[in-house]
Amino acid sequence: MYKIDDHVACAVAGIMSDANIFINTARVQAQRYTFMYQEPMPVEQLVQFLCDTKQWYTQFGGLRPFGVSFLFAGWDKNYGFQLYMSDPSGNYGGWKAAAVGANNQAAQSILRQDYKDDVTSDELALKVDSTSLTSKKLELAEVFLTPSGNVKYHVHSHDSLTKLWPKHGVTQPAAETS
Amino acid sequence: MECVFGLVGKGFAIVAADTSAVHSILLHKNNEDKIMVLDSHKLVAASGEPGDRVQFTEYVQKNVSLYKFRNGIPLTTAAAANFTRGELATALRKNPYSVNILMAGYDEESGASLYYIDYIATLHKVDKGAFGYGSYFSLSTMDRHYREDMSVEEAIELVDKCILEIRSRLVVAPPNFVIKIVDKDGARDYAWRQSVQDVTTAAV
Repeated sequence: MYKIDDHVACAVAGIMSDANIFINTARVQAQRYTFMYQEPMPVEQLVQFLCDTKQWYTQFGGLRPFGVSFLFAGWDKNYGFQLYMSDPSGNYGGWKAAAVGANNQAAQSILRQDYKDDVTSDELALKVDSTSLTSKKLELAEVFLTPSGNVKYHVHSHDSLTKLWPKHGVTQPAAETS
Repeated sequence: MECVFGLVGKGFAIVAADTSAVHSILLHKNNEDKIMVLDSHKLVAASGEPGDRVQFTEYVQKNVSLYKFRNGIPLTTAAAANFTRGELATALRKNPYSVNILMAGYDEESGASLYYIDYIATLHKVDKGAFGYGSYFSLSTMDRHYREDMSVEEAIELVDKCILEIRSRLVVAPPNFVIKIVDKDGARDYAWRQSVQDVTTAAV
């Protein structure tokens, strides 16, 4: 999971080397926008820019497409919190809940069943990944608004993750090797 | 001798500009509108080299429109002002634009604002600003009488005071001015102040 700008983060699934190029491009574009307009780049515009690049590789040059799917999570003053999913074709969509990578169909169906508008992020994430997890196998990151109105990106530590399990009624595997 | 000035009031911003189009000693026309409506809630009052003035302001206007069409949301006044400044700055050390701009706008989240952008890409967010020789008089008058949160009537009174000062004290004072206003209801013409009008003679 990567921080693109103060108000946007993304999770990647696929070929990591391809992903790194994209993360860098995304970061540069976000700063370019801020340089020009002195404002944070709206999330959808950033996603659209990246997807335009991905699409280019499917149409021109005889080059292979980027083997990465992204989940972009961010906040802007136009639409508040947003989630976008994109794939190697350059297609993207806005979602309330989405999954990419291994077993994404299974994850999507769990999300479809359990998602409610007022669900909290940790509740949902843990439900989806609760099958055979230890806190070492999971990374949980959040994009949220502080009381003062700033956007923050926070990655949960291993300790805070372990505390979250019993809180959400997810059964932990019996033996946890530290 | 071009005079452009403006100020911010309670929930609105007002800009005034002279309307003379001058070439050396000749006055081409005295009803040239130098305040461009950038979008529904933005005004750009520009002074400087006539060709550059139109070229550059139209360029900014079209880019602001393009942004809105591409992204479905308009630029804020601050973003538009920073974009404008950036374009002036990029051109500065190659082919500078000789254009001074006062950009006035209204945004729902931040209210009315006024930006001073000069030809060498200085950008300041201000309550009152002015360009040209007229600025010696309008800025002094505004400094004396301006208060925060003035009503439209009070602001117009102040604008008229400035125009009077310019007319009476500037040696080659422009005879006519146009005043435009921007508030939550949008950017629009407010009034013209004309002391000389074109005389049309009947066809013989």
